[in-house]
Amino acid sequence: MALDRDTVRNIATLARIRVEDNELDALAGELSNILTFVEQLNEVDTKGVEPMTSVVAMQLPRRPDEVTDGNIQNKILANAPEGTRGFFAVPKVVE
Amino acid sequence: MSTLTELSLADARDGLRAKKFSARELAEAHIAAVTRIKPLNAFITETPDAALEGAAEADRRLAKGEARAMEGLPIAIKDLFCTEGVLTTAGSHILDGFKPPYESTVTANLWKAGAVMLGKTNMDEFAMGSSNMTSYHGPVESPWRRRGDNRPLVPGGSSGGSAAAVAARAALGATGTDTGGSIRQPAAFSGIVGMKPTYGRCSRWGIVAFASSLDQAGPMTRMVRDAAIMLGAMAGHDPKDSTSVDRPVPDYEKALTGNVRGLKIGIPKEYRVDGMNPEIDRLWEQGIAWLKAAGVETVAISLPHTKYALPAYYIVAPAEASSNLARYDGVRYGLRVPGGTLDEMYEKTRAAGFGKEVRRRVMIGTYVLSAGYYDAYYNKARQIRTLIARDFAEAYRKCDVILTPTSPNTAFAVGEKMDDPIAMYLNDVFTVPGNLAGLPGISVPAGLGGDGLPLGLQVLGRAFDEETVLRVAEVLERAADFKHKP
Repeated sequence: MALDRDTVRNIATLARIRVEDNELDALAGELSNILTFVEQLNEVDTKGVEPMTSVVAMQLPRRPDEVTDGNIQNKILANAPEGTRGFFAVPKVVE
Repeated sequence: MSTLTELSLADARDGLRAKKFSARELAEAHIAAVTRIKPLNAFITETPDAALEGAAEADRRLAKGEARAMEGLPIAIKDLFCTEGVLTTAGSHILDGFKPPYESTVTANLWKAGAVMLGKTNMDEFAMGSSNMTSYHGPVESPWRRRGDNRPLVPGGSSGGSAAAVAARAALGATGTDTGGSIRQPAAFSGIVGMKPTYGRCSRWGIVAFASSLDQAGPMTRMVRDAAIMLGAMAGHDPKDSTSVDRPVPDYEKALTGNVRGLKIGIPKEYRVDGMNPEIDRLWEQGIAWLKAAGVETVAISLPHTKYALPAYYIVAPAEASSNLARYDGVRYGLRVPGGTLDEMYEKTRAAGFGKEVRRRVMIGTYVLSAGYYDAYYNKARQIRTLIARDFAEAYRKCDVILTPTSPNTAFAVGEKMDDPIAMYLNDVFTVPGNLAGLPGISVPAGLGGDGLPLGLQVLGRAFDEETVLRVAEVLERAADFKHKP
């Protein structure tokens, strides 16, 4: 699959990574090469093969729905690039 | 006392218990060694104070005869493991300044066993790489050099700092993580032992996630016995990781009986790949001969979907990475680049914070998971995974373990192979199938290539049969008698 500039720009938007226009061509080439490489898988007939969900056959464990910790607001905010009055701060989203 | 850094982890443990030296002396020798290898750039953060504090506690316990399994043993921790209050970067700019308020389960287990921390080791950014050249903190240099050539070489990756630190005698052991070969390949390049346990054997809680269905932590050491001791301390059930398996942790050291008589070793014909270095083929033959001499029986096996492992991996791993790395948004931790709107802030932060390889993989992952392509790529890759796991299950009806080379080549120079991502990906052609099937594998240093660089052999086993893998690996280690030093 060869990706064009617009597709690459769209992927970048979906991934929330700013890509400059002058990088699009090189990136399209790199991503297309990788996609061509992985498309070898089409040689394999996988009709009726169950997609793997877990390498170890086990039941997903359950636990009681209980609060097990809390009151660690300071710890949670300690690494925030911008925190204010006990919250994470982000640029204004509502006018 | 530089000789203290030459000891194996097991000998250091025994020496401490026999009071031949103190934990403080052992820690000081290693702290000095960490300083001495600074030019290799193996560590992102050094923690000499933590090492000395841990050593003081170890000396108290040793004096009282209350030594734990790894009492007073200085080790290094890959910078992918969250360590409480100690900078944890995953080799990325986007985690600048991140000091986790909690400790990963694996490192907590190691400290509970008495081990002491020398520092956090350099790695490929978010564990994406096979060279350690994608780290934001700069490449790691291998302590090895080619014969007659002084150009710096890569230690392999992604656990390259851990591999270099252990090979250069700056740590008795180190933690690594292995998503597609990131423990075994750098171990092979650096002439040390590296083990990826069965998926679910070690808790992933508190390890910065790359590809959650593949990631597994494991030990990197100079001897197989050391790996057995360290794995015993790292492993165990953890309710905080729902994929961690609740079964007892055996005494792995006890499994090293030296007796492999009657075991069946599978030799997969598909691992003879085109263009493989003939030296590696010869070493593989030599490994087979060593094991036969020890009384094993060899069985020809077929793993027919081997060639599809790498392409399946390069769908599954980027897809999971694109989801896992969505959390780096400049809001809760790490780097933030200001923007006029929330989206602009996200986009600028992630553009500045992620390196080229990480960006490439996040974008591939985003694409293969996007509407309309999910079935064609991600589901197809998961079906291939089922077929690869079936190949192994079929093979293990005929054999107990599988012997292969670890990597198709020896270490390359810093800066090589950077222009073609796929050439770089081929480093992991022999290790990726084990991750896709969740199986345990170990790389053992087995000889030197003509260029004077280490070569490794890989032993793969059945799920949760680390004991047989370690037993065979130790027999291989004795036969190979690898005494070369960087």
